[in-house]
Amino acid sequence: MAIEIQPERAQPAGRGPGIAAAKRRWRPRPGVPAGLIGAVAGYFLGHWLGNLLGGGYDRSSLADTNDVAIVLGYAFGVLGWLAGLGVFNDLFLMMAGKPAREEPRLLGTQEPGLAKYFRYTLDHKVVGIQYLYGMIAYFLTGGLFAMAIRSELLSPSYHLIGPNQYLMVVGEHGTMMMMMMSSVILGPFGQYFGPLLIGSKRVAFPRLEALGFWLTVPAYVILLSAVLMGGFSTGWTGYEPLATQSTQGEDAYFFAFGLMGISMILAGFNMIVTVINYRAPGMRWSRLPMFVWSMFTVSFLQVLSVPVLVGACYMALEDRTFQTAFFTNQLGGSSFLYEDLFWFFGHPEVYILALPGFGVISEIIAVFCRKPLFGYKVSVAGMLGVGTASFFVWQHHLFDSGINPDMRPLFMLTTEIISIPTGFIFLVAMGTFWKAKIRFSIPMLFALAFYFNFLLGGISGVFLSDVPADTTEHGSFFVMAHFHYTIMGGLIFAFFAGIYYWLPKMTGIKLNERLGKIHFWTMFIFFNSTFLPLFGLGMLGMPRRVFEYARNLETLNDWVSISAFCLGVSILIFVINFVMSMTFWREPEVGNPWRTRSLEWQLPAPPPPDNFRRVPVILAGSYDYGVPDALPVADFNPPPGVIGTAYASASGRAEG
Amino acid sequence: MSSDDTAAAAGADASPGPRHGRRLFTIWLVLAVPAVLVIWFAWYPHMPPGRMSDSARHQQFDIAVLAVSAAPVIIAVLLYFIYAIVVWRARPGDEGDGPAIYGNTKVQATWIIGTTMIVLWLFVFGTVELVVPAGAGAGEGPSPIWNLTGKHTAAWSPGANDMLQIQVIGQQWAFTYRYPQFGGMESTVLDLPANTPIEFHVTSLDVIHSFWPYVLGVKADANPQVDNVAYTTVQARGGFKVRCNELCGIWHGAMTTDGTVLPPAAFQAWAAGVQAQERSLGVLAVLPPYALTYDPTVIPQLGKSIIAIDGITGGAGYYYNSSDPVTP
Amino acid sequence: MSVAARAAVLIVAFLGVVGLGVFTAVYYVGAATTQLPVVHYTASSGQVNVVLQEDPQNDSASRPDWVAYYTQDQASKQWVHTTLFSVPANTKVNVTIYGYDGCTPLRNNYFSQVQGTLGGTVNLSQFDQHGKEYVTSKTTSVINSWTDCNVGHTFAIPELGVFVPVASPNAQLSADNLCDSSPCATSGNPYAVETFSFMSPKQAGTYRWQCFVPCGGGYLDGNSGPMGTLGWMMGEMDVVSS
Repeated sequence: MAIEIQPERAQPAGRGPGIAAAKRRWRPRPGVPAGLIGAVAGYFLGHWLGNLLGGGYDRSSLADTNDVAIVLGYAFGVLGWLAGLGVFNDLFLMMAGKPAREEPRLLGTQEPGLAKYFRYTLDHKVVGIQYLYGMIAYFLTGGLFAMAIRSELLSPSYHLIGPNQYLMVVGEHGTMMMMMMSSVILGPFGQYFGPLLIGSKRVAFPRLEALGFWLTVPAYVILLSAVLMGGFSTGWTGYEPLATQSTQGEDAYFFAFGLMGISMILAGFNMIVTVINYRAPGMRWSRLPMFVWSMFTVSFLQVLSVPVLVGACYMALEDRTFQTAFFTNQLGGSSFLYEDLFWFFGHPEVYILALPGFGVISEIIAVFCRKPLFGYKVSVAGMLGVGTASFFVWQHHLFDSGINPDMRPLFMLTTEIISIPTGFIFLVAMGTFWKAKIRFSIPMLFALAFYFNFLLGGISGVFLSDVPADTTEHGSFFVMAHFHYTIMGGLIFAFFAGIYYWLPKMTGIKLNERLGKIHFWTMFIFFNSTFLPLFGLGMLGMPRRVFEYARNLETLNDWVSISAFCLGVSILIFVINFVMSMTFWREPEVGNPWRTRSLEWQLPAPPPPDNFRRVPVILAGSYDYGVPDALPVADFNPPPGVIGTAYASASGRAEG
Repeated sequence: MSSDDTAAAAGADASPGPRHGRRLFTIWLVLAVPAVLVIWFAWYPHMPPGRMSDSARHQQFDIAVLAVSAAPVIIAVLLYFIYAIVVWRARPGDEGDGPAIYGNTKVQATWIIGTTMIVLWLFVFGTVELVVPAGAGAGEGPSPIWNLTGKHTAAWSPGANDMLQIQVIGQQWAFTYRYPQFGGMESTVLDLPANTPIEFHVTSLDVIHSFWPYVLGVKADANPQVDNVAYTTVQARGGFKVRCNELCGIWHGAMTTDGTVLPPAAFQAWAAGVQAQERSLGVLAVLPPYALTYDPTVIPQLGKSIIAIDGITGGAGYYYNSSDPVTP
Repeated sequence: MSVAARAAVLIVAFLGVVGLGVFTAVYYVGAATTQLPVVHYTASSGQVNVVLQEDPQNDSASRPDWVAYYTQDQASKQWVHTTLFSVPANTKVNVTIYGYDGCTPLRNNYFSQVQGTLGGTVNLSQFDQHGKEYVTSKTTSVINSWTDCNVGHTFAIPELGVFVPVASPNAQLSADNLCDSSPCATSGNPYAVETFSFMSPKQAGTYRWQCFVPCGGGYLDGNSGPMGTLGWMMGEMDVVSS
């Protein structure tokens, strides 16, 4: 919804995917309305088919519910939604031997207005903005559920919302945050700035990229639809066999999680290929900005770990619909199998959430310390090290489960080893701060808070890695506090840092600074006031996901709840600031307010439709602050012949 | 660890000005030493989960050692950031850049070696603390490799260093406790003898639960058809609560039971009394008297057929109907 | 339309959608807890009489037709499709349960024992579908589900230590004649009547009660469905300070 300031252009610009539709009026133009029609039609078709296939199952007739119908309804609904959006149009064109549509943006024409944000588009900058708004909406939804959780926990026994509803709310909150928020930085900033930071006009697979976003919308809707079926009782981990046993809300959980998994895999593929193949000449691996490194690492984690999740979700859905028994011990399956599959994805997932935060913050501290990033190679090694090690630690979630006790020392070691590359992030920060000239802009404040929160989150992780200590802490509020410190205190703080830092570049509009500072301070204070006592609650014996707790813990819980409400108000301040600044105040910021060296800030704001008129030649690294005779970061108008024809002839054809 | 690094950085950076490294190190020492002393001497005795059992005592020791190791690190990093914010903030009107320091091999090497040493220390310490107290109270699966010493006998008597075996059965939503050495008698409260090695066999009838008597420092997941063994020796007498620690459905939060630690003789009297009562009521008849694992699926094989109404039978992984998948 | 106006419309639309979402969420979260009525029982002469019935899964018009407990309203004697009731604190609670469902062997025969009631016993009568009483007012501390077919479900308040097997009509007399429409009536159906008493706790608060026989037809192990939903095989006893 970044609104162009210039008046609409006179000439009719290309209408994207709908060019052909102008002639054929008999079908709706591809877009969100057509997608909605397709989704509803698809859902009812799938539901009907499911009733036809599975209506006679004993399970269906005895339980009065038909999971086959729900799952097929979702599947066909998603296909209908994508068809309505026009995702398959180019595919059919190409299958019919006709050329796929052009991407007018690469020829320098920008479609005016807001309509492009509601369509399946090939412009990575549009996708970035779509992600930004999507992610904020998903985040706020998850946050509202958190408020409901804390309301229930105001009292140790009185039930504001019943136990069913409490589990529903906990599950929705957890799943919304863990699954949708995995794209909170990769989505908006990764898609928008990935190509800009490597000097590319485009991403490798624009269709996959856009599909990645448009899958998050049905994933969100399907996840929320569980509310209408009484929710799902398993929390965000979906442990078996509770999940097989559950009512229909569980289908929504598995389907949505699997769908979001596919979105993550697509986004990961696109990012990997883009970073490898679309770097501008001179953008060596040693000059790659840390943010791009973090996107690159995260993409590998997604591509390698998320398929395991998608597989697990698929198996679980089969257990629920066709009564296979992958996860039922008594029938030859294994509840351990699900735990292993889930956490084999789940632990890299934690770093899928954390690493983008490292990337954003690394960009920001160099700018506001006015110093080169200290130990660039160490920083890269830290990213890659965390990414690699994250595949070898998942059993620490299962220290008490009874799986392979002889492996516990090994997994204790691997878990503790991961703190070495994580420590590099702190080394880099501390080195960068050494004798710096620190400027306390809002992004920098969020960056500082990030280090504070992540320090506490990381150190508490060491307690959890130690098997004896973990015997007390496992599954308690201590764990809850730990991962909220790393994910909310890390990722979400970095997300806000990124918004304040990059929004002027994305839209040409800056957020109100005064409200921004109020937002920061309230968020930082109430975040800590909410989650620090949770460490204590866990140590005092409060398990997760309970709606009743020991009466002596009431004071501490009330403190946490009230802090959480204040934290909610703080987020509300951000929303007000965002809406007002973007819509009504519209304070322009078109230059380079942070005096940043990196590539994206050398472009006008918002960047031109084709990013770079000509592919730039990168001359220097983006962190060369304090170097008196530093070269400009890139030559944006390289003389012809410097770049081979392979680079210069960006034809505008999108092959992806 | 970081204090060394900053000191090294100060040494490596020969620019004039205050000796930041020395200053930071001094402040750190002043803060860290009292913090460590306070944690160890004032906080440690009161740390969770207390000292009611052997495993709890070891966990408390572990948590205290980790806290003592973590506090100086936290203090060092926070101190450094606060120092940086105060000392190295840009003064108003100063639009210049900082010095172009791209890295420092000595600092980086020190940091990497330092963190690696800490990690190795944590690993060695954690492993010792896992092995010595027989698995640290965590569930070790059906064939535990770190055992508590004690005699396994079919009838338990106080003072004979007999291992008391208890089968913990989780079901939605209650724990029941079966005492195989007392004729398989079962109870909804967990009574234990003091100063006796105890072997918990944790299992479940339906979904995953987790057995967590918090002050005993024991935690073991209950999976259906899995025997998850955990050990402890309770030392102090008194009451305690057992909670379920793994989300198991709607009443997970209310799935608590009470337990009491009794003198061994009193415990034996209680257990024998319950056994006699349950034997007279005949509810123990369907199970073998001494069984460490319990599973309703074995009951039909004991000569009882499941009584079905309209073809509906319960349990054992079935969907209440015979046409569903069955165990091969 | 100017850009600002369009933007404003969009923002309003966006907020509208968010607001609708929040409303729906709150409505469902709120409604799901309030849609089940609470039956209030009041004490007379220091005692309170709670009357429940437990019905088989049958072809009743309301869906889902899971096995369910019903609660009888104290004044109107109407059966209410709820499992939430309230009793005063520190009072003798006399419970009467009409059992209409057939028998099942308990998965854990331990729950055949009566525990936590006053005297540790229940009083039991059984009737066949013609109204003939073949077990008359038998006081017992165990209804063994493995020796004979006499237990349908259980009624338990774990926090108070109350665990009671709920008698069913005998299988031989009732196998094909279970009540086929909920709430069940005593005439024309085989049933069992069981009474017992316990003291309500001094501490006000919400105490859950549930059945320990997994009886959700179609669900894995028979759990979930009625076993996992308020209003069927589980409920809440609100203890209010008197």
